[in-house]
Amino acid sequence: MEAPAANRVTSSATLDGGRIIAAIKASGIEYVLSVPDIVTSSGLLRPIADDRDLRLIRVCKEDECIGIASGLSHCDKRALILIQHTGFLDSINAIRGIAVEYKQPICMMVGLLQHEPERAPRDSSRYGVRIMEPILDDIGIAHHLVSVDADVAKIQPAIEKAYGASEPVAFLIGRSPA
Amino acid sequence: MMKRDECFRVLARHITDEAVVATYSSAVDWVGVAPRVLNYTSIGAMGLDSSHGLGLALGRPDKRVVVLQGDGSLLMNLGCLVTIAAVAPKNLVHLVAQNETYEANGGHPIPSPKVDFAGLARAAGYAAVYDFADLDVFTQQVAHVIEQDGPVFATLHIEPSKPLTYDYPSLYDPAKRKAFKAAWQARD
Repeated sequence: MEAPAANRVTSSATLDGGRIIAAIKASGIEYVLSVPDIVTSSGLLRPIADDRDLRLIRVCKEDECIGIASGLSHCDKRALILIQHTGFLDSINAIRGIAVEYKQPICMMVGLLQHEPERAPRDSSRYGVRIMEPILDDIGIAHHLVSVDADVAKIQPAIEKAYGASEPVAFLIGRSPA
Repeated sequence: MMKRDECFRVLARHITDEAVVATYSSAVDWVGVAPRVLNYTSIGAMGLDSSHGLGLALGRPDKRVVVLQGDGSLLMNLGCLVTIAAVAPKNLVHLVAQNETYEANGGHPIPSPKVDFAGLARAAGYAAVYDFADLDVFTQQVAHVIEQDGPVFATLHIEPSKPLTYDYPSLYDPAKRKAFKAAWQARD
């Protein structure tokens, strides 16, 4: 699904949080549902909290996001879930039931905690990061690695597809956005 | 001590165009009492009924949402009390049927029968909190409970039910969910 790591990241690569937020807004997202994630804390969550065009809902535990996003989708309101991969793993039953079996347009942006950006997630030295893409593949959720600025172009089409087809999608944030 | 289906019959007299979110035993009893297109029977993740309800309430602030949750469900998502209180949707009513058991999972007891859910909701910051153990009192107050500005929380102290039939394929029929969505999005 993704280009080999050697082809896609360099030590000078950057990821602009402002461009990600612009892509989120261009996708029609009105709500951001989040438990803080250190990967996206400064580059995404803080500016989103100050952004008047997005409504940030801070939740206590990541699986709440899945239910809230499902409820919003029944109102034709678009939401983005901004969490850490540990929270994704903790929410797997909600994701299985609501996003996958119920075929809901659950859009998740997942920070890969302690991931080395120069590596592909499957090659990470961190077990929790290494299993993310295989889990998403196994449960049939489309996923996109967002690790360099060029990856930001994947966001809007993927969110449009998720809402158009009523299916989940995950964006894996491979480096801290600046 | 009340019975859940009796409480729901009383509640149903006051329900018009609200979305009613329910799961498991509460869903079985509610759908039996009030089969209607605006019933939202969420699936797959026990405890998230209240979170589904929050999403529905946020998305349609001009409509009211009533969540019918069991005590076992709420225990699996206690943080929702804090989230809902912080978001403070005026159109959300959160009713928890407390029978002190995981009824849908074999009737085993919850970890503690002493838990004060109304107290937890009050401490979390709900706008109004009630605790009902008498059907006459609930009958007298239910209209006010569901009509006032929320988020509103109420514990309904109920007996465990006789064994229920859980027809999940019907309860969670995708066609019903689709019909709900169309009806919920319709503007008056």
